Amino acid sequence: MIQNCLKQRFEHTSQLLRFCHFQLGFKSFSFSVLPMTVCPQLLQTDTIEKPAVCVIYPYCSRSKSLHDRAVINCQYSMATFSTAERKRRPHGDRKSSEMSLHLKQTFEAAVLTELYPRSQIDIYVKILQADGGNYSACVNAATLALVDAGIPMRDYVCACTAGFVEDTPLADLCHAEESGGGTSLALALLPRSGNIALLQMDARLHQDHLDALIEAAMTACKGLSKVLDGVVRQHLEEVSVLTRD
Amino acid sequence: MAAVQVSEAEKVYVMHGVRDDLRLDGRGCEDYRHMEIETDVVSNTDGSAKISLGHTDVLVGVKAEIGKPKAMVPDEGYLEFFVDCSANATPEFEGRGGEELGVELSNTLCKVFNNRHSMDLRSLCICPGENCWVLYVDVLLLQCDGNLFDAISIAIKAALFNTRIPKVHISEDEEGVKEIELSDDPYDCMRLNVKNVPCIVTLCKIGHRHVVDATLQEKACSVASLLISVTHRGTVTCVRKMGGGSLDPESIFEMTEAGKRVGKALHVPLMELLQKEESLGKKRQKVGFLG
Repeated sequence: MIQNCLKQRFEHTSQLLRFCHFQLGFKSFSFSVLPMTVCPQLLQTDTIEKPAVCVIYPYCSRSKSLHDRAVINCQYSMATFSTAERKRRPHGDRKSSEMSLHLKQTFEAAVLTELYPRSQIDIYVKILQADGGNYSACVNAATLALVDAGIPMRDYVCACTAGFVEDTPLADLCHAEESGGGTSLALALLPRSGNIALLQMDARLHQDHLDALIEAAMTACKGLSKVLDGVVRQHLEEVSVLTRD
Repeated sequence: MAAVQVSEAEKVYVMHGVRDDLRLDGRGCEDYRHMEIETDVVSNTDGSAKISLGHTDVLVGVKAEIGKPKAMVPDEGYLEFFVDCSANATPEFEGRGGEELGVELSNTLCKVFNNRHSMDLRSLCICPGENCWVLYVDVLLLQCDGNLFDAISIAIKAALFNTRIPKVHISEDEEGVKEIELSDDPYDCMRLNVKNVPCIVTLCKIGHRHVVDATLQEKACSVASLLISVTHRGTVTCVRKMGGGSLDPESIFEMTEAGKRVGKALHVPLMELLQKEESLGKKRQKVGFLG
């Protein structure tokens, strides 16, 4: 039944992303102990809001450090009031650990870690309110945080979810659509080269539909990368005007 | 807590300044930093508030659920507190690093707020002995720059003011089994009376004087601090001494008096602001986390 409702509602808007709003560097920090770059980042997409913080350390623990590149450490956690049902543990449960691992995998593909041997880059993402597409919003927020921190990357990493409902591919699923039982695919893309950093799909899907679904997600990601680029350039303009005077 | 290291020269500088009633940012000893409060920021909750006090950012969400009342007081509901120190605030809080601080904060908040003098817990009762409303108050620390207790208490008061609990109808069928129905209308809800909810004032002793709303740097220069929770009438509901140093009885008396004065003065503007925000209704521009 929910499939029918969704189909009627989204026939026309199947390729549109929900309204997104990004802002860089919205908090200021002062640290006097470790020389490190900290850049908080806020991402608000319609009803999901997540601050992401990215921190880079010049050194990290002996056991974890790598001699030729930086270690990327991600922590994904959700606020206890972020979901409709109150969540008891903000992080440490299986889903959060799995998400942290996925984020780490995504960013190891994008960040030029060879430039920082024996260092550690920490990315902390906290979900304040969840309405589907958690992973994609995290990736987008973390991308902007890394850009704000000045960490060199190969390309923006844009992520989006896509689903298939009654033969219509939908981009950017909300919570009701994700839990409605249809397929949902999460894709993280490096737009310029078209390389996929992470691809994840749950539920069954006929192989003929897979291409259409990936195509829908990739188009959405490319659109998103233009928005991210615009925001970064705008922020840069504002900052350069302020620092010039 | 996220600690800042200060040199001896800086400590002396801060102490001399405080002695002359002039702090690092030009405030007087009993002045608060610039405070911004906004309610109803998270739509998944029954009530929420965000406060930024200088560089300290706290987000509080209140969720109401139906549960069983405690055996000792069957006709009252209760509040449960959980403080989450997120890694966004400082990397020391990653994983389980923030748990200790979180537990300390939750326990103190429980003592201060979860009693019948602060809140009318009877109004949270649905069926005496069987069902009651349990308010889960979740505090999220987004940024830490000293004076967490004050910011959290003000945010809790604002969030409780903003909380809307749906009204319930109890129907009993033939066998005597009670059924609880929540009303479907989202506007048919019960509000909480937050008049008696106290606000916490933390006073830190630096040298021979005390300061209100200490930043991390000033905290590093102080030996001990006193936490006082004050209601709008000036009644002191809870006093706690924190920190490693010792305080002499006269200082404690002085600090309590100052705390009462400052705390009493906090309530009136806070309630005015909350009521003004509420009266704007739908026309209010939500700033949320941007700006």
